[in-house]
Amino acid sequence: MSKVGAPDKLIVNGKRLDGRKFDEMRELTIKAGIIPNADGSAQVDLGGTRAIAAVYGPREVFPRHLSDPDKAYLNCIYTMVSFSTPDRARPGPSRRSVEISKVVKDALAPAIFLEKYPKTAIDVYIEIINANAGTRTAAIIAAAVALADAGIEMRDLVSSIAAGKVDGELLLDLFEPEDNFGDADMPFAMMPRTKEITLLQMDGELTKDEIAELLKMNMKACEKIYEAQKVALKEKFATEKDLAQEEGESQ
Amino acid sequence: MEKLYVNDRDIVVPGEMLADGIEYLPSGKAFRDGEKILASTIGIVSVKGRVVKVIPLAGRYMPKRGDVIIGKVTNIGHSGWTLDVNSPYNADMNIGEATHEYIDLAKTEMSKYFDIGDYVLAEVITISEAKFIKISAKHRPYRRLNGGNIIQVSPTKIPRIIGKQGSMIKMLKDMSGCDVVVGQNGLVWIKGVPEKEVIVANAIKVIEKESHKKGLTDKIKQMLEGGAK
Repeated sequence: MSKVGAPDKLIVNGKRLDGRKFDEMRELTIKAGIIPNADGSAQVDLGGTRAIAAVYGPREVFPRHLSDPDKAYLNCIYTMVSFSTPDRARPGPSRRSVEISKVVKDALAPAIFLEKYPKTAIDVYIEIINANAGTRTAAIIAAAVALADAGIEMRDLVSSIAAGKVDGELLLDLFEPEDNFGDADMPFAMMPRTKEITLLQMDGELTKDEIAELLKMNMKACEKIYEAQKVALKEKFATEKDLAQEEGESQ
Repeated sequence: MEKLYVNDRDIVVPGEMLADGIEYLPSGKAFRDGEKILASTIGIVSVKGRVVKVIPLAGRYMPKRGDVIIGKVTNIGHSGWTLDVNSPYNADMNIGEATHEYIDLAKTEMSKYFDIGDYVLAEVITISEAKFIKISAKHRPYRRLNGGNIIQVSPTKIPRIIGKQGSMIKMLKDMSGCDVVVGQNGLVWIKGVPEKEVIVANAIKVIEKESHKKGLTDKIKQMLEGGAK
């Protein structure tokens, strides 16, 4: 470690700086339907990272020329609010946020039945309220729950997590110091039912075996995240269950 | 290997497995992937024999043929009207679908029948591949909704406002003396004495918000009698 401000050791006595085991995730809380004015919304807390997603649509496409007669136009916008990082983040789109918007969109698109909503737009807005590594994965978890909350037809939910290599050890769900001073980081997203991977990025150097090992860790964690997403959605709609109501007919 | 993974009235999320085997048939917001039947939206499962149906709990209104809807006129063209029907797609109403009368365009203004801003009760007659929606207000009871007030509710809550065999809406109408028309696209038109209109509008909002709670009918009854808040 030679970087400025880096702690001497990121792993002490076989434990991480925050006391987690190597394959342990940070605490995950998901809440669905937190924004009344959106068609669907969700808030995800992954350790110190908080992401809020709002989904609007399907609705008319703007600008009009982006509309596709065969399928919906999926629009994802990822933003970090100015107080999300220790140093003030300059508001507005940046190189990084444009890239993340793109990968989040590509991670979600395969899960949505876009062809069921021709000539429309589905807008997904994701705000990072607090950033502590793993913002794109929290963004995907939140966006998938928000899309389902909006009642948009989907093949599956999308779960996402990152794993990486720090001080020669393979770790799941890196937090801030590990992310900043670690050797490698691998964000990952998949559709838990079909096990199709929709996002795979890598930053740093890893061997072939290490990649295989990290993939395994990520997939295992995604199953857990999927369960949490399911619970969050069912919780929001649980109240609807008691009702014994038949579908009615309009006059 | 036929197997059902869910019970009737379970809540399911997109991608959740409902049943396995070609014996079962998907309906509503359920779809088939290979031999499996899966849910495509958040919804409630209804199992009737071999048919596994998912009734959605959220979502925008998507027009279906035969739906009775309330639209707002947004534009008058050369040969028809364009209406906003609270869905991602606009609806078109041709001049021939407006009334039984012959409209002589040389002598009459089209706005005499439906002007911009008017609300119209109409039926969806066709939906093309390209999602052009055609609606008609030619037959009874389809008409222009004069006066009154429009409120918007979630389209998935419409069956609750109507109630079993129209019991809820009948109560709303009878007890308030208001005329209430419910469109399947989530718009509700209320006309009556202004004070009563407000009461009915509030009652409908309560139905939308507390549709799951027990004793809803009694609560609405109380509201209409002027007892509760």
